[in-house]
Amino acid sequence: MITIKNLHASIDGKEILKGLNLEVPAGQVHAIMGPNGAGKSTLASVLAGREDYEVTEGSVDFDGADLLELSTEDRAREGMFLAFQYPVEIPGVSNVNFLRTALNEIREYRGQEAISAKDFMAMVREKSAIVELDPKLASRAVNEGFSGGEKKRNEIFQMAMLEPKLAILDETDSGLDIDALRIVANGVNKLRSEKNATIVITHYQRLLDYIIPDVVHVLYDGRIVKSGPKELALELEEKGYDWIKAEQEAK
Amino acid sequence: MGYTENELAKDLENQEYKFGFVTNIESDKAPKGLNEGIIRFISAKKEEPEWLLDFRLKAFALWKEMTEPEWAHVHYEKPDFQDITYYSAPKQTKKYESWDDVDPEMKETMAKLGISMEEQQRLTGVAVDFVMDSVSVATSFKSKLAELGIIFCSFSEAVKEHPELVRKYMGSVVPMTDNFYAALNSAVFTDGSFCYIPSGVRCPMELSTYFRINEGGTGQFERTLVVADQGAYVSYLEGCTAPQRDENQLHAAVVELIALDDAEIKYSTVQNWYPGDKEGKGGIYNFVTKRGLCERNAKIAWTQVETGSAVTWKYPSCVLKGDNSIGEFYSVAVTNNYQQADTGTKMIHLGKNTKSTIISKGISAGKSQNSYRGLVQIHKSADNARNFSQCDSLLMTDECGAHTFPYIECKNSSAKIEHEATTSKIGEDQIFYCLQRGISEEKAISLIVNGYCKEVLNQLPMEFAVEAQKLLAISLEGSVG
Ligand SMILES: Nc1ncnc2c1ncn2[C@@H]1O[C@H](COP(=O)(O)OP(=O)(O)OP(=O)(O)O)[C@@H](O)[C@H]1O
Ligand SMILES: [Mg+2]
Repeated sequence: MITIKNLHASIDGKEILKGLNLEVPAGQVHAIMGPNGAGKSTLASVLAGREDYEVTEGSVDFDGADLLELSTEDRAREGMFLAFQYPVEIPGVSNVNFLRTALNEIREYRGQEAISAKDFMAMVREKSAIVELDPKLASRAVNEGFSGGEKKRNEIFQMAMLEPKLAILDETDSGLDIDALRIVANGVNKLRSEKNATIVITHYQRLLDYIIPDVVHVLYDGRIVKSGPKELALELEEKGYDWIKAEQEAK
Repeated sequence: MGYTENELAKDLENQEYKFGFVTNIESDKAPKGLNEGIIRFISAKKEEPEWLLDFRLKAFALWKEMTEPEWAHVHYEKPDFQDITYYSAPKQTKKYESWDDVDPEMKETMAKLGISMEEQQRLTGVAVDFVMDSVSVATSFKSKLAELGIIFCSFSEAVKEHPELVRKYMGSVVPMTDNFYAALNSAVFTDGSFCYIPSGVRCPMELSTYFRINEGGTGQFERTLVVADQGAYVSYLEGCTAPQRDENQLHAAVVELIALDDAEIKYSTVQNWYPGDKEGKGGIYNFVTKRGLCERNAKIAWTQVETGSAVTWKYPSCVLKGDNSIGEFYSVAVTNNYQQADTGTKMIHLGKNTKSTIISKGISAGKSQNSYRGLVQIHKSADNARNFSQCDSLLMTDECGAHTFPYIECKNSSAKIEHEATTSKIGEDQIFYCLQRGISEEKAISLIVNGYCKEVLNQLPMEFAVEAQKLLAISLEGSVG
């Protein structure tokens, strides 16, 4: 689904990603873990096309397309979805209006007709049930006055609505209570298929009890320095990142 | 659910001022310049009664003694009042019996404005009194309104048919002495609209007038008078577009609203005059005096969405004379490129238990300057008066400006006055969030801005709100920086 080769990216002249390689095939879930400031959110932002970042080297193939050549909105329309670590509030714009606009723009890009109001509302009902999102939240302004957990849940609701090929979840588990965590994870699992892929960025192996990853990667100092099966997450939780640091320094 | 923004995309494709075209109808116009002779010419052309000519001449005499006001935050080249044509009328002056009789070119103009009259009549139940230049050319739904005793016609017609009403109320809210432009208007106004709702009648449809400045170099001096008799209700819509033009055009209208005991008037404006090009050349000067008078238990609500004009100076105001009367002001003012707007409202509390609400949303883009100036005046007699004001400013670039000047004069200690103000810059985070969901930047801005203005847009009738949203999108095209 996505193949990242030797990706270098910087912001305000400071290099954050320093030759990152990563491949996530369709049908798989990959987890990315790593210490604070390692560059996890940066990777997500660069892939999503945030303009503040400058890509200085490397290539990204997204399901056959040259991702770095695409505009931010076209990446989304091609099926890239980012669940934000800090979802943004848009006062006065209802969630449903926001999503219908997004959905129709994506459909137009793909040469599909705009969705009817009736079909759209049916879809809202179906998808909000997947993440057990209070239907009232769907008609409220985008994230405005939502609790931290509600915002995260709303991200997964949006993901369900937009049905992306690749979803990147940036610390979607942080700030969720145990029940919400289970619900969000269930939502993600229900949306998993052979045709899409998911990158889960997290600090806690607990999430990975619910969303079982095919591979766990460690992102350290702008690079993927270690990859392994889901047990790697347990090991990191037990031992922390010092041994990774030591290993890297030894190199 | 919100409004569909899909139609917006099409409008957004067109970078230039959408309504910039000139209808080619030969004019029957006065020579340039202003003097007593011109005023007599206008009055004669319009076959006016003596009292109205006297009114004009008196106003002209007053105006000559007045000086043009100066405003701290508005800079522009003063109009040359001798270089303006004060009267011009489409040559074809005969009235239309039916829609079929209307000049096809006129219909085309209206179609370009997006207000095909057939559509309006059929779909929205809006009765339109279309004013092209200075003479009304089409009126509809008149008979239906007449059944209820509602009068809705051009100002000239009202002078002829209902002189007693015009004479009684004209100038009663905005006296000719009020200000420089009100005096000028009183001297040279050519036409406008008149509306009277009889006692106890609820007007069953939105009354709407589309103004249009059409003739090069013709200043337009409209006069609108809306009277809601005791217990009556009316919702009145005013919208404008103007052709693209090189020299500045002056517009100085006077709007007077009178809500008698227990009456209610909603007056909504979508204003989209040519703002000038990207360098600030051309564009309309808009100096308007709008004021409403509330008697006992009456209510007047002004709602406006202002996106046009090179220079706007405008303060729709309410005089809350009767006890328990209510004044409301909801405004969105957008300025882009080199536009300047100085708008706001005045709420004059005279009666007991009077209430006023002010919601002002300013949006500045490009190098524009946007000022809000509000006056809340509580007189000694106004026991338990209440005011709530909220003034928000949204900045689209680092080069534009927003200024807020709330003035409060309170002479009664039982008054409760609340004022809130915020200034924010449109968030790159918000735009990125939208882009990441597949929404284009233009549409993202439109969504965010419309969300920001929601409280005001919600006050507009639905079809007007849709139009207003389009205008917001068009006027803010490519403006984030
Ligand atoms: N504008 C900037 N200028 C300089 N450095 C920046 C800028 N923005 C981000 N950074 C730095 O980039 C590094 C990577 O940040 P990033 O948000 O990607 O980390 P992260 O791995 O997601 O961390 P966390 O686990 O805390 O979410 C951090 O050291 C951060 O301070
Ligand atoms: Mg992060």
